[in-house]
Amino acid sequence: MIAALVVPLVGRVSARLAHGITVVAPAVALVCAVMALRVALDSGPWHYYLGGWAPPWGIEYVVDPLGGGMAVLVALLATLVAIYAGPHLRALSPRRAAVFNSLFLLLTSGLLGITLTGDLFNLYVFVEISSLAAYALLASGGERAIVATFRYLLIGTIAASFYLLGIGYLYALTGTVNMADLAMRLPQAGGGSAMTVGVVLIVVGLAIKMAVFPLHGWMPDAYTYAPPPVTMFIAAVMSKVSAYALLRVLFFVLPRTGAVETALSVLSWVAAGGVLAGSVLALAQTDVRRMLAYSSVGQMGYVVLGLSIGNAAALTGALLHIMGHAVAKASLFGAVASLPRDTVQADIAGFAGASRRAPLTMAAFTLAALSLVGMPPTAGFFSKWYLLQGAIEADAWLFAAVLLVSSLLSAVYFFRVIEQIYFAPDPAAAEPDRSRCHPEVSLRLLGPVITLSAAVLLIGLFNGWFVTTVIRHALPEL
Amino acid sequence: MFGNLYPDPNDGTRMNLIAWGQLQYALSAVLLLVGLYGMLVQTNFVRKLMAMNVMQVGVIVLFVSLAVRTGGTPPIEIEHQAAQTDVVYANPLPHALMLTAIVVSVSTTGVALALLIRIHRRFDTVDEAELLDRLRE
Amino acid sequence: MPDLLGADRPLAAVLVSLVAAGLMRVCGRYPALRESCTFGAGIIKLALVASMLPVVLAGGVVESSRLSLLPGVSLHLRADPLGLLFALVASTLWLLTSVYSVGYMRAAGDENQTGYFSSFALCVSATIGLAFAANLLTFFLFYEVLTLATYPLVAHNRTPEARAGGRTYLVYTLTAGQALLLAVVWTQSLAPGAEFRPGGLLPPGLPTATVLGLFALFVVGFGVKAAIMPLHGWLPAAMVAPTPVSALLHAVAVVKAGAFGCLRLVGYVFGVDVLREVGADIVLAVLASVTILFGSLRALGETHLKRRLAYSTISQLSYIVLGAALGSVAALAGAMFHIAAHGFMKITMFFCAGAIHTEAHRDDVTQFGGLGRQMPITMTAFAIAAAGLAGTPLLAGFISKWHLGLGALEAGHGVFIVVLVLSGLLNLAYFFPIVYDAFFAPAHGDVAPERLTLSAPLAITAVVALLLGIMPDFGAGFLRLALSAATSVVAGSVAGEVP
Repeated sequence: MIAALVVPLVGRVSARLAHGITVVAPAVALVCAVMALRVALDSGPWHYYLGGWAPPWGIEYVVDPLGGGMAVLVALLATLVAIYAGPHLRALSPRRAAVFNSLFLLLTSGLLGITLTGDLFNLYVFVEISSLAAYALLASGGERAIVATFRYLLIGTIAASFYLLGIGYLYALTGTVNMADLAMRLPQAGGGSAMTVGVVLIVVGLAIKMAVFPLHGWMPDAYTYAPPPVTMFIAAVMSKVSAYALLRVLFFVLPRTGAVETALSVLSWVAAGGVLAGSVLALAQTDVRRMLAYSSVGQMGYVVLGLSIGNAAALTGALLHIMGHAVAKASLFGAVASLPRDTVQADIAGFAGASRRAPLTMAAFTLAALSLVGMPPTAGFFSKWYLLQGAIEADAWLFAAVLLVSSLLSAVYFFRVIEQIYFAPDPAAAEPDRSRCHPEVSLRLLGPVITLSAAVLLIGLFNGWFVTTVIRHALPEL
Repeated sequence: MFGNLYPDPNDGTRMNLIAWGQLQYALSAVLLLVGLYGMLVQTNFVRKLMAMNVMQVGVIVLFVSLAVRTGGTPPIEIEHQAAQTDVVYANPLPHALMLTAIVVSVSTTGVALALLIRIHRRFDTVDEAELLDRLRE
Repeated sequence: MPDLLGADRPLAAVLVSLVAAGLMRVCGRYPALRESCTFGAGIIKLALVASMLPVVLAGGVVESSRLSLLPGVSLHLRADPLGLLFALVASTLWLLTSVYSVGYMRAAGDENQTGYFSSFALCVSATIGLAFAANLLTFFLFYEVLTLATYPLVAHNRTPEARAGGRTYLVYTLTAGQALLLAVVWTQSLAPGAEFRPGGLLPPGLPTATVLGLFALFVVGFGVKAAIMPLHGWLPAAMVAPTPVSALLHAVAVVKAGAFGCLRLVGYVFGVDVLREVGADIVLAVLASVTILFGSLRALGETHLKRRLAYSTISQLSYIVLGAALGSVAALAGAMFHIAAHGFMKITMFFCAGAIHTEAHRDDVTQFGGLGRQMPITMTAFAIAAAGLAGTPLLAGFISKWHLGLGALEAGHGVFIVVLVLSGLLNLAYFFPIVYDAFFAPAHGDVAPERLTLSAPLAITAVVALLLGIMPDFGAGFLRLALSAATSVVAGSVAGEVP
């Protein structure tokens, strides 16, 4: 299991030699993560004590179905994005490419660390590792990207400090930062204002990292101007991993007492607002990448809504949505960014007739978009289904309505693009047979994008399998 | 080896700690708020960054004050003391955590400064308002 | 392994056109190959569907359940009488429409035929899935796929009007889809699994408010596709689509899917008695009657043939909804039979409209003078279909109307017979001037000779409409299927009352 964590780090050292290692390292991590997950599913959580120190002194890593599942997701996306990044890297100087590779691997291992750690403080360290790598990667996208990144850095650091402060409170109450230990001791430590403050700080900190509305301000700029593979990976995975952290803290560490319940009910309203606001803002965008970024704000709202409703169906929906949205968003950003810049601009009108020039890429885009709208039989439909079921079971009709309205809104903003892609006249049509001469995009760009959108469909069709074999076991006991 | 790591709510030392340490908690709160205020109000990116550091120090102070026990010695195993069971050690765990946190904060600052230098090279300013104007052009 | 020729025939029937859609994408550059895909798939599908007929007529069902979609709910397909009836109509008409489409598209010299034919196949695939769906989730799945597959067809021409029409279509159907989704999830939480059952699947003893709320959501969900007023706005807008598409929308896929949904809803989700208890049946019946009459009136006011047909469809489809609402054996049977009857008649009319559009380049009914002599096959078929829709005896429309009337009496709501008669008269009023002009008014100019690919399908459908009127059980035994489905629904409903 620990190999999953170490491999990217090892790869980091040697990545200076070749891009190949960047691809291989996450792939190896993926294999390890899958194996670890299988063990966790068969024989319960798997504990590993770093340096042989047992908790609460040492740092503990745990592979349970939830964390293992997230690790698989992260490693899978990292592998695909690494393949996707190939052509992008060729355009860079060897030195910068090496820097890119090592940062990318650092990011991956940071994210994997978040999913596997069993220690709140260690979680903070991994959050910061991944964030630092992410800042550097985002900043490589040009001058606008630097400014956006700097603002992201400031906000991200505030978030991390809040989170750390929250841990401080919990630590003062219990004297431990190990998750399992905390879960045992917190009920005894009782509620009290210290705990409330701690919970609030942790939730706010993680919510900023997740870009939950109204704490999303940093995100659209950061996503829009970053280099394509970076956006693809960060948009798909980073906020999901923070969502995972939130789920972990709220449901596995903290006791279900007043403070947590209140936090959840506040979160649910915030999330409902975020779902709607994200969709409306996405509607107002003309740049497709910005639109996708705002759509992420809305879609993360789904996840938080699922968490805050908090019954089995809603949590299943939230987890499935983490999975489905990660895959779909990666596919969308990948598809948008892989179109050659000279023929297709990133604003919606620029997509006119794109289906002629890049039919496969656009088919992938459409499929992933449909998943976000929640059309069957894609992944997005089924996560929406579980979320709705959860909302109905909890008698939260308003949230059910919010979910439905927001999928209509997302249908509007995605179909604006889809209509351009398929039914608008192609401005380049006058040039004879452009697409025939060149393959639409390089296979290394196309491959991951197609794989991802196929995954959207497969996750949808086989969601029954995913839910019964993994997600059911990953749910906290309610 | 470290004795009782978990603070006991009924422990007299802890009561002392709170009475004694109120100053430290106040300091930590002040640092935090000053930092946060600075980050929100300043338009100059360098000042924002400094405010961020102040805020991080606030968090660190909080953790370190948690570790203090009145009359405690550094948690170093010394042979002749090992026999004595009533030696009060300062809690080493927060210190360890904060060492890590300080490293993290230093690296964040480093990355931030690197970004700032690039911003300054490109735009000749590190003021947020001016930058936004430039970007809009 | 799936037993595609045995128990999994419903699945196979769905897959055939799905595979065909994929193949057509691949061999899009070779029209001949692509078209043989269409025909091949059409024939195989029809054979598969028809092969299930003897079993179902003998009172059995063909079931296939393969893929677990949710814990406890799988992709479950079952060929029961009602589903088979719909599937038979759909697969027969798909084959004919394919022949017609090839002719139409060649005549129109269209550029994007690959997209057209593959969307078409996808659409039919979804329709068959819809027909055979055995639980609400499966039903909803295909319902939404149908929505999506139809969108490219509506916007096919790529003109600004076509795109606007497509947008209108999406706004209506997606909104309805969300309402339906809520209803489906709600039902699922009330009755886990949500398997269709003759006589209703809901547990007994639900509060009235729950039943009404659920029913309202379902009616909105299905009502948009079935174009119940005031949810019909998309249908005339969707008339910008190529004519074979309109034919498919009206006669087979979209609108029929809505009406079919209403039948499933009343007969297999709620059960007639539950609805009668809360008084929802009368509300639905009144809505349907208003739609029938108002649709006919609007049809009178349109001079563009396809738009007139659109309003006629709005009105005719509400016959089915009315039958569902009345809920007696005869009314249900009439409604189900009307799926077939209206399918054949309306597709004939659209084929005619398309033929007139491509051969004579006329769309406006005031310019049809003399067409009867220039395009005799087309206009004769048109006349037969028109008479059938009006409910003239010896034609298919009469049989369904007769049963609906009987059903209204059985259900104790004789007033609705008046609606049927009035609507019949209105039908005559808006179709017969066209027929009269075509045969007896002076000609408006030269017209190309009729093309076989266009005239053959429409002649066949007209003949079928005629035969269905004389021998309702001819060929597929549509009436027997309808009667057996209706009986089981009503019987199930009674049985449900005495647990």
